[in-house]
Amino acid sequence: MVSKTVAYTGNEAIAHGMKQINPDVIAAYPITPQTEIVQIYSTFVADGLVDTEFVTVESEHSAMSAVIGAAAGGARAMTATSSQGLAYMHEVVYIAASMRLPIVMAVANRALSGPINIHCDHSDTMGARDSGWIQLYSENAQEAYDNLIQAVRIAEHPDVQLPVMVCLDGFIISHALETVTLNDDAFVKEFVGIYKPKHHLLDPENPVTMGPLDLFDFYFEHKRDQAEAMRKAKDVIIAVGQEYGAKTGRGYGLFETYQLDDAETAIVVMSSTAGTAKAVIDELRAQGQKVGLLKLRSFRPFPYAELAEALKHLKAVAVLDRADSFNAFGAPLFVQTRAALYDLPQRPTMINYIYGLGGRDCDMSQIARVYADLAEIVKSNQTGEIVRYLGVRE
Amino acid sequence: MSAGRERLVAGYPESLTEQAFHYCPGCTHGIAHRLVAEALDALGLRERTIGVASVGCSVFAYNYFNCDMQQAAHGRAPAVATGIKRVLPDAVVFTYQGDGDLASIGTAEIVHAAARGENITVIFINNTNYGMTGGQMAPTTLIGQKTTTTPLGRVAENNGYPIRMAEMLATLDGPAYIARVSLHNAQAVVQAGRSIKKAFQAQLERAGFSMVEVLSTCPTNWGMTPVKALEHLEKVVAEYYRVGVLVDRTKEVAG
Ligand SMILES: Cc1ncc(C[n+]2csc(CCOP(=O)(O)OP(=O)(O)O)c2C)c(N)n1
Ligand code: SF4
Repeated sequence: MVSKTVAYTGNEAIAHGMKQINPDVIAAYPITPQTEIVQIYSTFVADGLVDTEFVTVESEHSAMSAVIGAAAGGARAMTATSSQGLAYMHEVVYIAASMRLPIVMAVANRALSGPINIHCDHSDTMGARDSGWIQLYSENAQEAYDNLIQAVRIAEHPDVQLPVMVCLDGFIISHALETVTLNDDAFVKEFVGIYKPKHHLLDPENPVTMGPLDLFDFYFEHKRDQAEAMRKAKDVIIAVGQEYGAKTGRGYGLFETYQLDDAETAIVVMSSTAGTAKAVIDELRAQGQKVGLLKLRSFRPFPYAELAEALKHLKAVAVLDRADSFNAFGAPLFVQTRAALYDLPQRPTMINYIYGLGGRDCDMSQIARVYADLAEIVKSNQTGEIVRYLGVRE
Repeated sequence: MSAGRERLVAGYPESLTEQAFHYCPGCTHGIAHRLVAEALDALGLRERTIGVASVGCSVFAYNYFNCDMQQAAHGRAPAVATGIKRVLPDAVVFTYQGDGDLASIGTAEIVHAAARGENITVIFINNTNYGMTGGQMAPTTLIGQKTTTTPLGRVAENNGYPIRMAEMLATLDGPAYIARVSLHNAQAVVQAGRSIKKAFQAQLERAGFSMVEVLSTCPTNWGMTPVKALEHLEKVVAEYYRVGVLVDRTKEVAG
């Protein structure tokens, strides 16, 4: 395959990926920092480079509703949003998943109001974590682009049929210029293939009703099916990631590890902060410290068994959450990672850091402090505070 | 001029803070702010007024209006204002909303606040696009107008037709006063100021819902100089959105 390397922002990379996928329908409403994605896409539409039906709806609630209608009609449908936009579509986000519509949505992560803020944290997608959508998080523009293309295959897989959110950090990734290797158009076209929905509206041979009332008679069974689809999504994510890797040289799994095998302490984190952590690890390794990283890509489905296996040899682990869950204990990634390790005969000590809310910068010194704290925990054999806040004025 | 005949014809409104506006050069949001402040001053309402800021370029309105302010989520200002007014009926409550906020994502809230005849005043800034997010098409965008999501111009077939909010709300029985004004020249600005004052008077009379649609410029996203933008406002925008009073059920007229 011929590929080319360009300088793109995360939003440009996503828009370019969408162009190569050439979905049947895109409906969206502008919101910072996502706006550019659909704005760039509207120029592709105007220039006749895509066949997409592009709908400038009046709100995110209508954007999601329109792509639900389109997907029910048998179309490959996409949208993109951030923060308040995702919150505003919340009602129908659940409906997309329960109707098993393989919609793909890019989310440029941005803090939720209030107070109103436009910068990065994960409170928006964490708020939708139990909506039944698959969630893939991206470290950089390259991963955002690669995740988007794979998302189509994962969502539409007959064992899955669930919508997918492709998450990229607002501004940090959406607006920063990076080098991105693009696949050629023909490859993407072939990789995503032609979408053949199992059921869709107005298929005269198989008439259907979508989303009817479902009470105590069958609601529970349908929810059980949804849970099963999410469980099966794990193998599909792995298989699609491997196939993509074989063809592009950029393989993907449920998570990526960095210097983890012989590490004594490690950080678990998602998205762009993983890049910062890698740079800190390089420095600390040069000083002889055995530190490592696990960067989670698939938060939904949550790969609990694989995580336990990957982290079991460690002495202490810090899980970094870019969202709080205001439950008076730990944040979402921490609580789940810690639960995943519960069945291990010997568990690492685990602590949680909530960091970077509302776009607060998380620099190398903060990450270095986390590794220093972990070293102290190992040395003293004292856990101390389990849930901590990083980089906040107390 | 002899000393005895001197009179102050203009000053800095008390209802504005001294904070400099962040608006782009030539943007008429600043003029609209000043007109609202002058109306509050003229009626002596500053100490009783609560403003509801919306989401859009005027998101920082709370920095400029020298009264209590609350920030609402995108489109929800009329509902928030309803809540405020119901618990503080003696307060003067106004919202300040753009056309993305009011005519797009907040269409339901404005229609129902008007239909209920909520005794609030709405200042609706129609600049025919979503300014803050970078000039995308709004429901108010004119046919043929180029925006960042309609780079070749709005086409009715794909993007539908512009909405005349003032006319649409005027079909309801709840509104006491609805007018459309423009800010394209000094004369129009004076007229706009009168309408805004009248809208607040309607609220003081407890006559019901009042709204002034203010045709406004967005030189940055229209890709025009400030002067050209004012010309465009007068010759093109105000041609489609005709200025005038659409509803007046206030006592002054009725009586
Ligand atoms: C639920 C939600 N969706 C989208 C946005 C993003 N957004 C912020 S301002 C804006 C448009 C504002 O346009 P308008 O109301 O016309 O005001 P102007 O900036 O032109 O004054 C949008 C879409 C948001 N804040 N919340
Ligand atoms: S973008 Fe447009 S509406 Fe916003 S401040 Fe600038 S000129 Fe005014």
